[in-house]
Amino acid sequence: MNGAAAVSIRNVSKTFGTGGTRALQNIELEFQPGEFVSLIGPSGCGKSTLLRVIGDLIEPTEGEAVVGGKPAHQARLDRDYGMVFQEATLMDWRTIEKNVSLPLEMMGWSREKRRARVAELLELVELTGFESHHPWQLSGGMQQRVAIARALTFNPSLILMDEPFGALDEMTRDRLNLELLRIWEATKATVVFVTHSIFEAVFLSSRVVVMSARPGRVQQIVDIDLPYPRTTETREETRYFELATQVRELLRESHSGRDGAGEGS
Amino acid sequence: MVNVLKRVGVFLLVLAITCAFYMGYRQLFLSTGWTWPFKVDQYAMPRLQDIVSRLWEPAATEQPPLAQLLVQRALFTAREAAAGFVIGAVVGIAIGVVFHFSNIMRRGFQPYVVGSQTVPILAIAPMVVIWLGGQGLPVWMPVAVISAFLTFFPVAINTLRGLDSTDPRKLELMRSYAASEWSTLWRVKFPCSLPYLFSAFKVAATASVVGAIIGELPSSIQDGLGGAILNFAQYYSLDPSALWATNIIAALLGILFFSIVAIAEHLVVRRAPENVA
Amino acid sequence: MRRLRRAVAEWAPALLILVLGLAGWEVAVNAFGIQKFLLPKPSEIAAAFWDQRSILWPAGWYTFTEAFWGFVIGVSFGIGAAVVLARFRAVGSALMPYFIAASAIPIIAFAPIANAWFGIEKSSKIFIAALLCFFPVLVNTLRGLTSVKPQQVELMRSYAARDFTVFKRVRIPTSLPYVFASLKVASVLAMIGAIVGEYFGGSQQQLGIQIKNSAALFQFETAWAAILVACILGVGFYLAVSVAEILTMRRYPSAERARR
Repeated sequence: MNGAAAVSIRNVSKTFGTGGTRALQNIELEFQPGEFVSLIGPSGCGKSTLLRVIGDLIEPTEGEAVVGGKPAHQARLDRDYGMVFQEATLMDWRTIEKNVSLPLEMMGWSREKRRARVAELLELVELTGFESHHPWQLSGGMQQRVAIARALTFNPSLILMDEPFGALDEMTRDRLNLELLRIWEATKATVVFVTHSIFEAVFLSSRVVVMSARPGRVQQIVDIDLPYPRTTETREETRYFELATQVRELLRESHSGRDGAGEGS
Repeated sequence: MVNVLKRVGVFLLVLAITCAFYMGYRQLFLSTGWTWPFKVDQYAMPRLQDIVSRLWEPAATEQPPLAQLLVQRALFTAREAAAGFVIGAVVGIAIGVVFHFSNIMRRGFQPYVVGSQTVPILAIAPMVVIWLGGQGLPVWMPVAVISAFLTFFPVAINTLRGLDSTDPRKLELMRSYAASEWSTLWRVKFPCSLPYLFSAFKVAATASVVGAIIGELPSSIQDGLGGAILNFAQYYSLDPSALWATNIIAALLGILFFSIVAIAEHLVVRRAPENVA
Repeated sequence: MRRLRRAVAEWAPALLILVLGLAGWEVAVNAFGIQKFLLPKPSEIAAAFWDQRSILWPAGWYTFTEAFWGFVIGVSFGIGAAVVLARFRAVGSALMPYFIAASAIPIIAFAPIANAWFGIEKSSKIFIAALLCFFPVLVNTLRGLTSVKPQQVELMRSYAARDFTVFKRVRIPTSLPYVFASLKVASVLAMIGAIVGEYFGGSQQQLGIQIKNSAALFQFETAWAAILVACILGVGFYLAVSVAEILTMRRYPSAERARR
């Protein structure tokens, strides 16, 4: 750790198609190693696009993303990050064990090493014993835990998450939030987390990036000064609600005004 | 256990109804003498018991029973059909993969792949037999090629559809692993297209048997079912039951091929159960 | 103008392949000394095609009508039976394995018996073609009619829709891709049925007999020209079904999207 940013987004803009939708405009952001940052904003503000720019799954029209000192493209080729999508995207025809070991197979790990690593990861997400099950036999929450385990196979220093808990019910979501924090503390990775839920963003993150409506810009960054480790009690603290209200009001502004300085509705 | 009994029960019921329908139709038309849609006499529709018992009678004078002859012929045709299935499947998958990766190849050749199925293989068969037979290949190989001709098409079409319809999110996942095209093809696209592939294999199983029979017909090949059909068709007015019995054996062969593929599908394709109304 | 240019770009590779293929064929026959029996030159086939057109085209058309009527009858019964079985679900699903097994039977083996029943004129070939078309269309239509998502049925029921309305507005559009896929297969099967049926016994007016006879008389250019006629008619039939599919799907854009 030499103080270099984990993720550096330099003047990134993205337009889809010639003269088409302008998804992102002049995004400048820096995330420090070990941070937990949430991206939140109205629908269509480009937060998922931005996440994919960081992951080199979408090329920016202007600007660049730098991950761990390398260009995003190189970071992808070097497999420096793990990604979790909203749908677990598990392979139906593979068992849970083989789903998690997919990236390891591709790297040519031996069977013993794969099995050991998968066992480690399943223990981390508390799914030991489900190795021989198939994805459709698991609940939505369990499938996402498998997806998280899979994202952690290479012990990445960066984890990108695109609304991973969006399709789950509130109770499962709350439980998985706690699990995610535990995993984050255990792995000490940097997490970039896209979400629609204000409460989730405030609960999980050290910083919340509020984005404006299309074309997406950074409206404001909110520092979440709640102490870690966070628990269910944290959700009842006054400061938690204050911060959530702050984020909510920023979102309301970003919804109504073009440059976020419009009147609150 | 109850399920198995139910299935057996349904099978017996369907069998019984089919036989009853046949005999009933026959009896009705015999007694009334109606001639539409066709005239019924003991040549047009032999008695069921005659058809079945014919199998145990000698195929011709001083010959083993018909059943034995037909089974031998069926095995001969089965070999051609199996070879044709394998050749057709390999060619079909190859075409599907090439079309999937190369738009130019697809636009250039797809019309001809589709059009190839309109060529009457019955007409081409003798030429294929003479050409390949002249190369010193055993006589069943050209028929296997003809059988492959009917087999490759459904496999090609469905391979292409299966590969093209892979979940884009899975493809995105593989890109996030910087996976090579080959890796993605082998680990994701192929497994995703297995259901399509097997549905094509089931069609292809039948097509391979049909192709083998058609291939034998004009090629003066005596040793297969095609030869048996031609033979008994010639003597139909003397011995109608023989041709009906041949049909039954041919039907069983087709169903056997299909069942093998269906069982293979059951073993290989593990999917979430379908959710439909 | 742009659509025309796009259409040309789409078809250009295929046309190029056609030209190269024919040219290569013509050269190869000479270069390799391929016997006329196996493969005449395209130029010779074209010549025979033109010379014999007054015989071949009527014969082709005659055979095509056998396939066409067999197709119509087989498809009508197939769809009709599927509609009935979709209504009586238990019977339909109990019988489905048998229909699938039936479509695995090489029905072509029945052609000589059909000839014994109906004589060697049209009817026997129509019968075989219809029989060939019936089962695949039945199986696929039934599958399509019963592949509706439960949520869609529930939605219709929440509108107090009668069974018939559910059928018309949900099941029919859902089944269209399946039906048309089976119709395209059936069009090919019908032609096969007609020609193979003729092989077992037919008259001079039929294309299959033309092929058989001209081959027997060593007039291979004519035989190939007759094969060409069969191909043209087969392709035309298939295209007609495809056009019908496009026109019908236009009314049901969601079914169109599902097809893709």
